[in-house]
Amino acid sequence: MSDLLQVRDLHVTFKTPDRTVHAVNGVSFELKRGETLGILGESGSGKSVTLRSILRLHPEHRTRWSGSIRMEGDEVLEMGSRALADLRGRRVAMIFQEPATAFDPVFTVGQQIAETIRRHTGKSETDAFKRAKELLELVRIPSPAQRLKAYPHEMSGGMRQRAMIALALSCNPSLLLADEPTTALDATVQIQVLLLIRELQREFDLGVIFVTHDIGVAVEVSDRIGVMYAGKIVELAGVEQMVDAPQHPYSRGLLASTVHDGMRGQRLEAIPGAPPDLAEVPTGCSFAPRCKFVRPDCTTAPPSLRATGDTHLVRCVLAA
Amino acid sequence: MDTMIPVDRGGPAQPLLLATGLRKHFPVGGGILGRGRKVVRAVDDLTLSVAKGETLGVVGESGCGKSTVARLLIRLIKPDRGTMVLDGDPVDEPHGITVNELRRQVQMVFQDSYASLNPRLTIGETLAFAPKAHGLPAAEARERVRDLLSKVGLDPNNYAERYPHELSGGQRQRVNIARALALRPRLVILDEAVSALDKSVEAQVLNMLVDLKSELGLTYVFISHDLNVVQYLSDRVLVMYLGKIVELGPVEAIYGNPQHPYTRALLSARPSMDPRKRTKEAPIQGDPPNPIDPPSGCRFRTRCPFAEDVCARAEPALSDTGHQSVACHMSIAGSGHSKAVRGGAAAA
Ligand SMILES: Nc1ncnc2c1ncn2[C@@H]1O[C@H](COP(=O)(O)OP(=O)(O)OP(=O)(O)O)[C@@H](O)[C@H]1O
Ligand SMILES: Nc1ncnc2c1ncn2[C@@H]1O[C@H](COP(=O)(O)OP(=O)(O)OP(=O)(O)O)[C@@H](O)[C@H]1O
Ligand SMILES: [Mg+2]
Ligand SMILES: [Mg+2]
Repeated sequence: MSDLLQVRDLHVTFKTPDRTVHAVNGVSFELKRGETLGILGESGSGKSVTLRSILRLHPEHRTRWSGSIRMEGDEVLEMGSRALADLRGRRVAMIFQEPATAFDPVFTVGQQIAETIRRHTGKSETDAFKRAKELLELVRIPSPAQRLKAYPHEMSGGMRQRAMIALALSCNPSLLLADEPTTALDATVQIQVLLLIRELQREFDLGVIFVTHDIGVAVEVSDRIGVMYAGKIVELAGVEQMVDAPQHPYSRGLLASTVHDGMRGQRLEAIPGAPPDLAEVPTGCSFAPRCKFVRPDCTTAPPSLRATGDTHLVRCVLAA
Repeated sequence: MDTMIPVDRGGPAQPLLLATGLRKHFPVGGGILGRGRKVVRAVDDLTLSVAKGETLGVVGESGCGKSTVARLLIRLIKPDRGTMVLDGDPVDEPHGITVNELRRQVQMVFQDSYASLNPRLTIGETLAFAPKAHGLPAAEARERVRDLLSKVGLDPNNYAERYPHELSGGQRQRVNIARALALRPRLVILDEAVSALDKSVEAQVLNMLVDLKSELGLTYVFISHDLNVVQYLSDRVLVMYLGKIVELGPVEAIYGNPQHPYTRALLSARPSMDPRKRTKEAPIQGDPPNPIDPPSGCRFRTRCPFAEDVCARAEPALSDTGHQSVACHMSIAGSGHSKAVRGGAAAA
């Protein structure tokens, strides 16, 4: 089966007046239809930049990139403006942490969803509103007919997030990009939205890339998990492999330092130090300065992604 | 002997801090001249005590009033009503201690490590500020700064002269903790103090908090929306919902045998860390209601699967069940709820 999305050796560099940021440094992965890939990593590791690259949402004049992003075979990095508009408006949808930015505050939620449907399907206004109501039902917004007439600020955070998901699904995308969509939600609401995304993903056979810094959230939604560090995927594996037997010292450290049930009274295994500055490309492994297994060859050349199992990839010289 | 350990006054059994009937309502929008004025019932008649040497965890969802409680406890804001007693001394009363004295003994660390540091002062200057303002001579203040920096794991020679923007988030939060310790407080209130940190750095800071507590004989109030971290650190846990305490008790009881339906829902809403045991169903539906106009009776009843008439009529009092205190009609004998424990008093 061919891949829905193929990312090959993606590099993204931003030039700002005072510095250069090497945000993504050689990211490769593929995604199948109906599959959910979780991208897990700490702040600044390049999760959002990777995700936004798929829609080419970076400021064009300050951004350098190389590599390849193929969506259903089409090269995104070479698309003209029409193909790009089609990609962003129809084929790929995105949801993020702050739903307020997805909606225009001066129009009702119904108007905005219906307008998106009309633009992409040419449906009549009445039909578009009918579909919008179905979508609100689908994301389990209570009294959807009434809610169509609500302005974004009249909805609670959890309801706005559902409405954004409805908006995202309104153009029947085949790929859903989710950038920390539940991070700002309350715990009891977060789990509702996670289950909703999981369910819709199955129902529509969507490919989903779900970015998060929360391991528990990644475990709830993902088929595979990619762990990012300093602009690279350092480990990519099935969710069970990743949780049971992480191989990269950073993934292992991250799992060990995450507090969960039954750790009371134990000393936490913290990773010393802090992530590196992205102004320079390191000659060796970016994690080497914090790694307790560091060897001389870790700092001479960047380690390549090695396969340690059928579907388990690790970027570490120690990986067998 | 470490000179930073404060002196105990009323003995170990006397609560370090006792707050009774604290209330804070914030006026919002509404008509002019107070007519039709609405209020957010941020904290409503809340009573709590903090024992010497314990860590009291406070959990609850966004807007339930956790930060308002914290700000009331150090009197950053004045309660509408309620009293506070610090180790036997009433606060802000004729025969008690002043608010300034309270703020010396009780310190607070906030979430936003950047906004709470003055960008124009070096770390050393920031840390020396309060001790100097309290009359410590310059040379001693310098010594105190070095001591504080080493206590939070930052080399004084390397960090005292730096500015906040030259530090990472984790380092800045260490500085904030050092600053809270500068006046040798007895109680430190940590309001989402590790929430903005990356997991690998959070673990470093949590380890440090545990060390500092035993080294300096501190007492903590640890506020967080992260239930796992609260479980890790706390001796007792207080669960809030819309400005009220719904459950309070030892950490083992709250996490091992939660009684209030909200506590149960909150705990089972935690994402699973095991891919073979993913969450199948959300424990409760809907969003928390607006604190401007909270439901009558029990504030949780609109989302509670066990709600009955009595829950809308009467507010359940926080009642002792033997292991913990619970504000739920099901835990109160004779409350009129069909699932209420029967017989005389609640199982004591
Ligand atoms: N438009 C931009 N111009 C300059 N630098 C940028 C831009 N966008 C992102 N960066 C930088 O690229 C790096 C990676 O950022 P990214 O937003 O991908 O991190 P992230 O993993 O999503 O982190 P978080 O968990 O905090 O959202 C960061 O150092 C960030 O400051
Ligand atoms: N100065 C204020 N004026 C008006 N309303 C306020 C004020 N401070 C807090 N509130 C309201 O009081 C309620 C409780 O707020 P508080 O900040 O204590 O909640 P919290 O539990 O700390 O939430 P979070 O988890 O988001 O930090 C909220 O509804 C909030 O909007
Ligand atoms: Mg991001
Ligand atoms: Mg708060």
